[in-house]
Amino acid sequence: MRKKKLANLKEAAIRAFFFTCGVLAVLVLLGIFTTLITTAFPAFKEIDIGRFLSGKIWDPTSPEKAEYGILSMIVSTLLVTGGALAIAVPVGIGVAAYLSDVAHWRVREIVKPIVEILAGIPSVVIGFLGIVLFAPAISKVLHIGHGLTALNGSLLLAVMALPTIISISEDSLNAVPVTYAEASLALGASRWQTLVRVKIPAALSGIIAASMLGMGRAIGETMTVLMATGNARTFPDLPGGILESVRTMTANIAIELGEVPFYTTHYYALFAIGLVLFILTFVVNLVADVVLNKYQEREQ
Amino acid sequence: MKRIITTALVFMGLSLGIGGMAAAQRGKMIQVKGSDTLVNLVQILAEQYMEKNPGKALAVLGGGSSTGIAGLTNGTCDVANHSREWKQKEIDLAWEKGVSPRFFVVAVDGVSIIVNEKNPLDKLTMAEIGAMYRGEVKNWKAVGGPSLPVSLYGRQSNSGTYVFVQEHVLGNKNYSTDMKEMNGNAQIIEGILADEGGIGYVGVGYLFDENGKVRKGLKVLNVSKTPGSQAFSPLDKAAVDSGDYPVARALYQATNGKPSAAVADFIRYEIGDEGQQVVVKEGFFAISPAHKAQNEKNLR
Repeated sequence: MRKKKLANLKEAAIRAFFFTCGVLAVLVLLGIFTTLITTAFPAFKEIDIGRFLSGKIWDPTSPEKAEYGILSMIVSTLLVTGGALAIAVPVGIGVAAYLSDVAHWRVREIVKPIVEILAGIPSVVIGFLGIVLFAPAISKVLHIGHGLTALNGSLLLAVMALPTIISISEDSLNAVPVTYAEASLALGASRWQTLVRVKIPAALSGIIAASMLGMGRAIGETMTVLMATGNARTFPDLPGGILESVRTMTANIAIELGEVPFYTTHYYALFAIGLVLFILTFVVNLVADVVLNKYQEREQ
Repeated sequence: MKRIITTALVFMGLSLGIGGMAAAQRGKMIQVKGSDTLVNLVQILAEQYMEKNPGKALAVLGGGSSTGIAGLTNGTCDVANHSREWKQKEIDLAWEKGVSPRFFVVAVDGVSIIVNEKNPLDKLTMAEIGAMYRGEVKNWKAVGGPSLPVSLYGRQSNSGTYVFVQEHVLGNKNYSTDMKEMNGNAQIIEGILADEGGIGYVGVGYLFDENGKVRKGLKVLNVSKTPGSQAFSPLDKAAVDSGDYPVARALYQATNGKPSAAVADFIRYEIGDEGQQVVVKEGFFAISPAHKAQNEKNLR
């Protein structure tokens, strides 16, 4: 009788422990969100929110007139991230398809761990490579004065997003039932046709999820872009802007938050940029979720 | 903020180590306040001074030149750091409150203007440099150079050098948003080395290789005050000392009347050989013989 009571108590304690763990994640997220909102909100007492989002000039320490427009940074962030995805998604899917369908198992055993090691390289090291290796190469190949451009950032972020895209895409390609491929081959399709028309479409939900996760990594990355893109506050005119120096939202926060006087409009405005960034990533995740759900529903 | 904490920690360490003596010393702690350009340098000087003279205690705070000057006037600090001369209004107010400031030059702040060695220009006027950084001159042709777009390199807005150049060279006007804002002097140099159209400003301490020569691939420009006048190099110590090199300014400390024995001892350390070695190591110029003579006079 007593033993049973003790067991019940133990059970309840364990249940409480795991419940707390689960709730903690939610609480932390809520805490971050409220801090962001409450610290960002005072900025809009002095800055018009429309001008904040549509203004192209950011110069809070200007001796003439402080300007708080973040459109240049939003466009720059999207430009660098979009460029990174344009490089990383095709390459990532290619590598994943190669690993899952073409490569000899011995090659796969060597390449896969290498790809995973790539994910562990600190972003500051990748940024350093951007300065000493990628930027000079870009300036030589494209005959432009310097390589500290949005393109440089995109290339580096592509390198950083690749491991995520490759591993998840490969997993989802492997998860496609063997019967699909067998049926396709039995109908006379070549291995290429089977891969492109049967396996990749079947694994599409995983591949989209992989790309979105890669995008999440790229959009929030700070150190690499801070070191590699030149940080000019200029508005990147499209499409030539990919070869200009740009400053992303993350880089701007990292540069300025360290030395900003506390509780000033500038300070609150930096948190407002953080809030915009948060909303942006939230929307990306939401869209990814909706797309995934739609796709899975259709499949069933 | 970090600096304040470090000072506090150093002070606490000292107090703990010396035990009983600390209580007696606490009342004698020298308060230094003011210029953010000087705060790091004076902090390092104070740390080394305290290491060599156990029992002495200094607290060094930033806040800007105006904060320091107001502090000295109101009696909340013993030494004011300032990177500009006092305004007449400030001197009047000090006299009114019975404070008669004495000034000491502890270091000279200056930056060198650098370009790629392939750039045929040897000199620029202050007005030309200002126009380039304000974004008014976009091609080297306009200042007598080759037909190449000007590619601006500068520091980030949290840097004292950024503010110094903005006040001193740009006439307190906005920087061009096209300026690449680099994460330190070394990165500006890396950029200029690779960019034929580049122009940058860095502390003189960063120009040399391990043999004490100007780094290969860099050219240090001579600068003249007005279009007609002679241009001087920041590498010419005599020109810097005499004030002929225009992109330089004296950095001061002020005390109320004749400094007390404890304060005078610290100032002697700063302007002595040991202190001036630190000054040069931190990227500033050492003070000139004329400054030295003036300092000695004010110490008596």
